[in-house]
Amino acid sequence: MKLHQQVGYDPDSVDLMINMGPQHPSTHGVFRLVIWVDGEKIVKSEPHVGYLHRGSEKICESERYNQIVTLFDRLDYVGNLNNELAFCLAVEKLMDVTVPERSEYIRVILCELNRIASHMLFYGVYGLDAGAMTPMLYGFRERERVQDLFQRVTGARMMHNYIRIGGVKEDLPSDFNNRMVTLLEDLKRGVEECDQLLSGNEMFLARTKNIGILDAGDAIDYGVSGPALRASGILEDVRVTDPYSIYDRFDFGIPVGTNGDCWDRYYVRIEEMRESIKIIENAMKDMPNGETLAKVRRIARPPKGEVFVRTESPRGDLGVFVVSDGSDMPYRVKVRAPSFANLQALQLMLEGAYLADAVLILGSIDIIMGEVDR
Amino acid sequence: MTQQLSEFSIALRETLGKKLSLFPSSILGQELDMIMVRTNPFDIVNLCDFLKNDTELMFTYFASLTVVDYEQVDKTLEVVYHLISLTKRYKLTIKSSISSDNPTINSVTNIWRAADWFEREAHDLFGVFFEGHPNLKPLLLYEGFEGYPGRKSFPFHEYKEW
Repeated sequence: MKLHQQVGYDPDSVDLMINMGPQHPSTHGVFRLVIWVDGEKIVKSEPHVGYLHRGSEKICESERYNQIVTLFDRLDYVGNLNNELAFCLAVEKLMDVTVPERSEYIRVILCELNRIASHMLFYGVYGLDAGAMTPMLYGFRERERVQDLFQRVTGARMMHNYIRIGGVKEDLPSDFNNRMVTLLEDLKRGVEECDQLLSGNEMFLARTKNIGILDAGDAIDYGVSGPALRASGILEDVRVTDPYSIYDRFDFGIPVGTNGDCWDRYYVRIEEMRESIKIIENAMKDMPNGETLAKVRRIARPPKGEVFVRTESPRGDLGVFVVSDGSDMPYRVKVRAPSFANLQALQLMLEGAYLADAVLILGSIDIIMGEVDR
Repeated sequence: MTQQLSEFSIALRETLGKKLSLFPSSILGQELDMIMVRTNPFDIVNLCDFLKNDTELMFTYFASLTVVDYEQVDKTLEVVYHLISLTKRYKLTIKSSISSDNPTINSVTNIWRAADWFEREAHDLFGVFFEGHPNLKPLLLYEGFEGYPGRKSFPFHEYKEW
């Protein structure tokens, strides 16, 4: 009797099509992944996106510039302040507005806190993908601390609408310094706790080491950016190579991986959280007093022109392209979302991987469907 | 943020000024603080191939592809490419105008695989046909959607889904 028997009617084909449908607990949003498997190995995969397409870019053409900030909040709905910052930088460059010093520091502090919150969400959800239930609660506890501060400063836990064209909406509350001191202590302890809980765990290492390896040349060719690119060994961070706002005044390290596997992509984010805490501490020391919003007309009318601005969001290289025709509504707004480009590399990483690793590889790229589909 | 050219953009403008003589139909320009090259659609693949492989330029990173609808201005669609050179820290914009009646342009997916989904999205939302693209199926819109919602002529405010 033969041990391995041919299944199916066609003796040449044994591929089974499996649909990880749009409703799935591990696909990080509404995302459909069609996978063809041969036994347990993935032969081909085909991502289907567009379930969350809301036409944000088209809506921008019929809204005024200060109304568009709320749309950008909801693109990458985890790193809201980074999106708002990217749009406001683009319009400020068009209008040649100088932002006051104090609001530059406030923006940097809040964006770095948002980076920590986003990476904490990644940490919790990635542990859950691997099967560990506890990191989820540890990650979300730290994230809630950050969102508590955001509620005190901006008024909302998530969709802040705080960074405006010309600065920030209003000044920081009076108890900000005290709250930041306790928050930074809590975050330092939290990052260490989260690191010790999951990073060295034997089962986690067995599930993520040497899985989903993305070669450096392939990564650049696919337009991958952010922690996924740095994990493959390329030293590229928009805050350093193309500095915007006041990031050139801060001295922080850029964590770079060696293998380009899932564990590297995970650990680069843990290290980035530590670097973000350093930036926040330095910014708190140097923050000057002053006003927080430049004198900009409420209905902004940038002069005719185009601008393309790159920023470093927690997911990668977020670019905003604004075309203005001189009126109070933009002619065209295009968002270059980092998750959109990173997701293309998924097809490459899944070839030859086992079906059980598909979830972890997808989770390690850290996509947010809101910005993939816009 | 400043509208001045950075030192890298100044160096790029000098280098491109010499090298673009190989492409007589390309015009070097400047848009605020980004260097811009305007070219005709037939030259796109050759120009992009040159920009990626030339040792002094090395534009290996494809940042984004956008389509801007100027149909109601001069019956054209403008395809805008943004390229980044990671090693030299250069940023470049390439623009090309195609007619809006029959918008066709060559695909650059053989040069940068990142252009794949950007071109699919442009085809989906604006109707631009990319010759040589391996798989130009709709990306963001559902099957059976009629019309090109990215264009200005799409009835945005009057559109009723049911």
